[in-house]
Amino acid sequence: MTTIPVSASKSARNTTQKVMWSLFGASSIINLTALLIICSFVLINGLPAISWTFLTEAPRDSMTAGGIWPCILGTIILSLGTMVVSFPLGVASAIYLNEYATPGKVVRIIRLGISNLAGVPSVVFGLFGLAFFVTFFGMGVSILAGILTLGILVLPVIIGTAEEALKSVPQTYREASLGLGATKWQTIRLVVLPAAMPGMLTGAILGLSRAAGETAAIMFTASVFFTPYLPASVFDSVMALPYHVYVLATAGTEIEKTRPLQYGTSLVLIVLVLGMNLVAILLRARLQKRR
Amino acid sequence: MAISRKAKDSVIRIAFLVTALSSIVALGLIMLYLFLEGVPLFEHVSVSDFLFGHLWYPTSDPPDFGIFPLIVASVAVTLVSSAMAIPLGVMTAIYLAEIAGPKTRGFFKPVVELLAALPSVVIGFFGMVVVAPFLQEALDLATGLNLFNASLMLAFMSVPTICSVSEDAIYSVPAELKEASLALGATHWETIARVILPASLSGISTAIILGMSRAIGETMVVLMVAGGAAMIPNSLFSPVRPMPSSIAAEMAEAPFRGDHYYALFAIGIVLFLFTLLFNIIADHISEKHKQVGAATL
Repeated sequence: MTTIPVSASKSARNTTQKVMWSLFGASSIINLTALLIICSFVLINGLPAISWTFLTEAPRDSMTAGGIWPCILGTIILSLGTMVVSFPLGVASAIYLNEYATPGKVVRIIRLGISNLAGVPSVVFGLFGLAFFVTFFGMGVSILAGILTLGILVLPVIIGTAEEALKSVPQTYREASLGLGATKWQTIRLVVLPAAMPGMLTGAILGLSRAAGETAAIMFTASVFFTPYLPASVFDSVMALPYHVYVLATAGTEIEKTRPLQYGTSLVLIVLVLGMNLVAILLRARLQKRR
Repeated sequence: MAISRKAKDSVIRIAFLVTALSSIVALGLIMLYLFLEGVPLFEHVSVSDFLFGHLWYPTSDPPDFGIFPLIVASVAVTLVSSAMAIPLGVMTAIYLAEIAGPKTRGFFKPVVELLAALPSVVIGFFGMVVVAPFLQEALDLATGLNLFNASLMLAFMSVPTICSVSEDAIYSVPAELKEASLALGATHWETIARVILPASLSGISTAIILGMSRAIGETMVVLMVAGGAAMIPNSLFSPVRPMPSSIAAEMAEAPFRGDHYYALFAIGIVLFLFTLLFNIIADHISEKHKQVGAATL
């Protein structure tokens, strides 16, 4: 650590502080600028491509024309399915950690597991899904394999936010319920969970958006280049927005020609993902205000 | 009646415990299946040839499965992106935790969260379509898809992690430390530099390691922007092929349970171990230096 000369005059020290302040402020503004540049780039280039037919039709002419409806549908199915898997598991894990567990080895190991699971690269989830769900369970490249893979991927997000929500329920609620003779489970089910539910929903929305934007985990497990059919069951493969962006931008034979489609697909994806995040942020802000 | 209520409650307790173990089970299964599908490679290729071989030609005959250039590429993009992301992330965290008023904070925090939420494929797309042509033109390069471009894009993906974890660490420094320093006549900046930052150093280190772990495992950005050449980079602007991009790009064409397929899972093992190591270090630091009130300093 460099030593700051204390003998420096008051004004020199204040100048140093001002310089540092503007540096810190500038770094925040760089983040804002990056976000604005990426969003406005996608918005400006993507908006002309958006039309009713783009949103409701299937791709045509080897994906050089037409719309992206199968991808939108695929992404919605995948992310909702992911929540069906992940939300109950995540909330139950959080209930154990926050309501039942006493600090000790078991909790420590569970927490280590969760934080390591959160650090596993998404492409490794993809490999695991391929080896375990697609091959070992014989699900094939399918919606089911995709939502199970994504379900594990978003589990740490759900657990984290659900725990946060449980922690914010005042201890007095629990004591009052237990004092009236309710069992622990009755207290959790009838008192704690209802109070924590809005916070948990915030987590569910964040999980949805994470699943919707994920590419590497579904590219070997659920999504395909192109399929002429809309999915009829959970054993069908689907097209998905993020994978569609990747495919159009890198693997097509006419990359330049499909640029408008790429921008349009990116825009739909960003609106979906950032939209859900904004809802979660606003919901959380309202919850905090109420407290 | 009382007993059955009690019995019911302990059954429920156990059910919750079992569910809570699902994360560990998932982590264990991930490890198991990576090894099951990756280890058969080592019947034909030695571990040291795999890790330190300089040639990655998985489809030629005979194939070469040396991933050293891939490891170097992953480490290089991680280090270069950290060089950009650490100052940016930590400085933003200081700004948010110490300097910004409630209103500015309320505005910038969501900005950082939204940055974290941007789908990686969109960031990769941006790097391909905007940054790559710009770099190529401005610096007169053979290709704009290179180490620098990938690192720049990755930096903006790890800033949110670094920023939010550091901010929590700075926030949790006990107020009495700050007040004592201010009362001794130090300016706010001097207090930050000499009291608050040293006190939150372990939290900030955790943040940095988690950010690096995020960068080394990120797939879509390096797949789309890094250039894809499996060579050891000789400059900041060389095209590279980090580990995740090899897995993602080649899995579709690798014959099922052939050596190439096994090799891609073996790369997955290496990648997994890298991130596991990062996370264990981060966990160790934050656990060991847990701040429990001012007295522990």
